[in-house]
Amino acid sequence: MLSIDSLHVTYGGAVQAVRGVSMEVPDGKVVAVLGSNGAGKTTLLRTISGTLRLHRGRVESGSVRFGETDLGSRDPAQTVRMGLVQVPEGRRIFGRLTVEENLRAGGMGSKDKAAKAKAQDRVYELFPVLKERSAQRGALLSGGEQQMLAIGRALMASPKLLLLDEPSLGLAPRIIGQIGEVIAEINRQGTSVLLVEQNATMALGVADLAYVLDVGEVSLSGNARELAQTDEVQRLYLGHDGDGDEAHMRTRAASGKRLSRWTA
Amino acid sequence: MTQFLSLLLNGISLGAIYALIALGFVIIFKASEVVSFTHGSLLLLGAYSIARLSEPLGFFFGAIVGIAITALAALIIERLIINRLRGAPVISLAIVTIGVDIILLTELIRRIGSDILNVPHPWGGGSVRIGDIGISQNRLIATIVAGVLIALFFVAFKYSSWGVSMRASAEDGETAALMGIRLGRVSALAWVVAGALAGVAALFLVGSPTPGVSPTVYTVALRAFPAAILGGLDSTGGALVGGLLIGVSESLASGYQDQLLFLGRGFGDVVPYIVMIAVLLVRPSGLFGTKELTRV
Repeated sequence: MLSIDSLHVTYGGAVQAVRGVSMEVPDGKVVAVLGSNGAGKTTLLRTISGTLRLHRGRVESGSVRFGETDLGSRDPAQTVRMGLVQVPEGRRIFGRLTVEENLRAGGMGSKDKAAKAKAQDRVYELFPVLKERSAQRGALLSGGEQQMLAIGRALMASPKLLLLDEPSLGLAPRIIGQIGEVIAEINRQGTSVLLVEQNATMALGVADLAYVLDVGEVSLSGNARELAQTDEVQRLYLGHDGDGDEAHMRTRAASGKRLSRWTA
Repeated sequence: MTQFLSLLLNGISLGAIYALIALGFVIIFKASEVVSFTHGSLLLLGAYSIARLSEPLGFFFGAIVGIAITALAALIIERLIINRLRGAPVISLAIVTIGVDIILLTELIRRIGSDILNVPHPWGGGSVRIGDIGISQNRLIATIVAGVLIALFFVAFKYSSWGVSMRASAEDGETAALMGIRLGRVSALAWVVAGALAGVAALFLVGSPTPGVSPTVYTVALRAFPAAILGGLDSTGGALVGGLLIGVSESLASGYQDQLLFLGRGFGDVVPYIVMIAVLLVRPSGLFGTKELTRV
């Protein structure tokens, strides 16, 4: 289980990106973190994966623990070997490497050849299109395929907990639906998932638990389905005015129109 | 025609040695994002170590230990300085490597003094004739060894885990780290490989037709820089092509200097830089370089 306890993170000693966040990702669950730009979602993932230092960020107080281990001083490679793997925002696939080489790069953290072969079979089973395109350069894939490759690449390390940073970013609604199904399937196969999203419809559809981040603080948390019914989430994240018309809500969300406090 | 072919062959053999040095230069740039000016003194260190050690240890052991010393020196520079300055601006890092280069060079020149050290190559100073074309045995062996090493390098770069890690971290370091690739290790290994390649280049540079080890070996590395840059600083294939291009043009310009007398004597020495400038004027990022080296 991943547990975060009253975490404070600053950048450059001045900007407070995360202010006293506590949350838990129980084993075998999908946990969604919702929030607008600047809510601290990406900072949270950087803290967990150990890449905060690359962005001149610093944990001021609080702790991040995975099982019994404190993740505080770990570097990214150590974090991967512990079983936490992050799919970065914007996919960030290696465009000049082939699809197969991208997957190999994902397995670099471990030396276990049998586990890697098994992981690769699993990835090709989840995403048959990657197998068809295994010799193509990553840059030539479509956006949806690149996201699948980014997820597949992370699965090569056989993670216990998969961290996803906005997998729906820039994708068509139909593809976002597929990504949601894939996340559910990965979770059924035994991997816990921490899903950071702006697309609340997809995220709350697959998640068991959800947290809403608001300017660095947790403003709401609880069971994902119950949370989806609350007025605040309906209004701010599901683009809905709260009269309970579900069909209406879906079309609004699918067309990508979401209201938020800052852009409205 | 015979003269042309002979100059061409000699140019290729010289270019193969340049390519070894330029390849090291390129992989250091890819792995550590440093334009490393330490290569000149590393080359001289290799030549000096091989010359000093081949007397007590015999030629083969001396050469192997000398190459290992060069690789070790590169590793020490990376661990002690470059790795600790990760994230510093590219320009500062380049200046730091110039500083390291000058320190190492000064010490080596002091040790060599006015001696010309000789490396007792078992193949001696003889030359081979292929038809009407002549080439020194040393250069012929250098071409073969360099060819084999370069081929091995490209196979490893394409297929080995090291190669995949290296290319992944060159393209996007942070994401590579997120995948569990240890950037420090990739960078250290790149310096070791680059150091060893410089050591091998040194071994052949101090043989016929060059007269032994002297500080002028240093200037050879300076000619490998334009080779790396005109090929495209981040392209391993470019380093090979650039090395050959510089080697051949230098050889031709020296060989035909009687016909080129209006340009003055010693024109061959400046040809590498003229070729570099001409190529960069047409293709600013080199023949095979990535257009956009900085990421947004």
